[in-house]
Amino acid sequence: MTAAQRIEAVPAAIGEKTIDGMAYLGSLAQLTGRSAYLTFVGPFTGEPVRAKRAIHSAMEVGVEAIPIVSLITGLFGLILALQMAHELAQFGMLKIVPDVVIVSMIRELGPLVTAIVVIGRSGSAFAAEIGTKQVTEEVDALRTMSFDPVGFLVAPKFLAMLVMLPALTTWANLMGAVGGSIFGVTGGGFTFPGYFKETLSAIVVGDVVTGWVKSVVFSVVITAVGCREGFGTGGGPEEVGRSTTSAVVTSIFLVILVDMIFTTIFYLTKGA
Amino acid sequence: MAEPEPTTAAILVENLRVSYGTREILHGISFEVRKGETLVILGGSGSGKSTLLRTLIGLQKPTSGEIHINGIATSKLSERELRAIRAKMGMSFQAGALFGSMTVGQNVALPLQEHTKLEASTIEIMVRIKLSEVGLEKFEDFMPSELSGGMRKRAAVARALAMDPEILFFDEPSAGLDPIVAAGLDQLILNLKKAYSISMVVVTHELASAFLIADRMILVDRGNIIADGTPQELQASTQPRVRQFLDRVPEADVGQETDEFEMLTGDRKKK
Repeated sequence: MTAAQRIEAVPAAIGEKTIDGMAYLGSLAQLTGRSAYLTFVGPFTGEPVRAKRAIHSAMEVGVEAIPIVSLITGLFGLILALQMAHELAQFGMLKIVPDVVIVSMIRELGPLVTAIVVIGRSGSAFAAEIGTKQVTEEVDALRTMSFDPVGFLVAPKFLAMLVMLPALTTWANLMGAVGGSIFGVTGGGFTFPGYFKETLSAIVVGDVVTGWVKSVVFSVVITAVGCREGFGTGGGPEEVGRSTTSAVVTSIFLVILVDMIFTTIFYLTKGA
Repeated sequence: MAEPEPTTAAILVENLRVSYGTREILHGISFEVRKGETLVILGGSGSGKSTLLRTLIGLQKPTSGEIHINGIATSKLSERELRAIRAKMGMSFQAGALFGSMTVGQNVALPLQEHTKLEASTIEIMVRIKLSEVGLEKFEDFMPSELSGGMRKRAAVARALAMDPEILFFDEPSAGLDPIVAAGLDQLILNLKKAYSISMVVVTHELASAFLIADRMILVDRGNIIADGTPQELQASTQPRVRQFLDRVPEADVGQETDEFEMLTGDRKKK
């Protein structure tokens, strides 16, 4: 290639990547739109309601994640408390450690850490399941049997995640407080009742709501990316591994991007 | 070839062209499948026969040309509109494509549960009937992973038969099976022919099976139909490519199509 061609190739590559990126987001929106339609409008227009599949999905996504989420966010709460205590002790303000922990959890760490754990567990599972079905022609079989693959495979997961992620996040917030209380009682001079009383006093409804809003959007992103990568799996088993990896990485990136956008919005509209 | 009295075609294909991106796979082919007959689509690897099958059942959209299924043009229909047509078709995929998380019985029951309002007990009876037709009545509660390859294909046929289709499609039914099991599957297809008046389209490259089950055959080679007729007519053909396929004569050398000079001096395949 001549020098001129090499220079030309750079904006061309940028342009191509941008268009590919937009196309990707478009396909995510398409999947989400169709799932949302089938979940909320579909039952009234004669589309089948797949309650059993949604419940089965909810068990896998939500209930089975409780142990690991509890552990991780509990540890996070403890870490948070330790880090904050280190600074606050210098001002003699150890008594607000519970406040700092719970506010950080509800606003940020609860939704984000829960989302990341769910990405690792379920985002990858969605991509692997649908990817394998794509490779073994099960998705094609569904279409030839007049099933809508999105309605059969995606919509139940969509509904399950929509309900379970905010629920898991709430649980995570609690676990964070519990983790923080371990420090509070052993090194912060609190009693358990005292710690939790202080925690309660710091909870603001607005924060809880914004946390849930974030969770809901995260759930949409995780489901859409996991399923999109699954459907886009090329031929062969090694492609399934690639799709799964891509699903996890892309989900984490998009979740943090969405987190940043929402945090900025909430910051600006609250006049903090 | 004397023209038989006109029968309504179950499938009519006119000037079908299919491309993947910029590569054209099928170059304007035309043929028909008459009601109640078994058409075998023969072809080597890369001939385009799998693409043809996928296009017939609507998994692939053609770039031009038309497909008529029972008189209805299908190439421009949306997925939704295709559903009504697919209800009358059944497809058996190459590897079975059974749903791995359900038992054989549940696999066969699925289309009935979804598209009919029959009671569970009625569906159960129908599942058993379909399974007994393919010889799997004892395996209703087995998972697909617990079956052999041949049994999985039979289960796939049972599932394809669940809604009593008018047209059955088979993608390489004998692929990966030993001769005895493959013969069993051929016999199954022959039994289905005798029992029902289903139109069947079978894609295969197994000559023995093809000549056994076909009423008519077409030979697809590099995206074109090079032979179309009864098994006897094909067997008597003197066309070189047809003879090469039927007599199992290997290519003189693998890269035969590429111009020798281009091969030595041309650019490597662009990504």
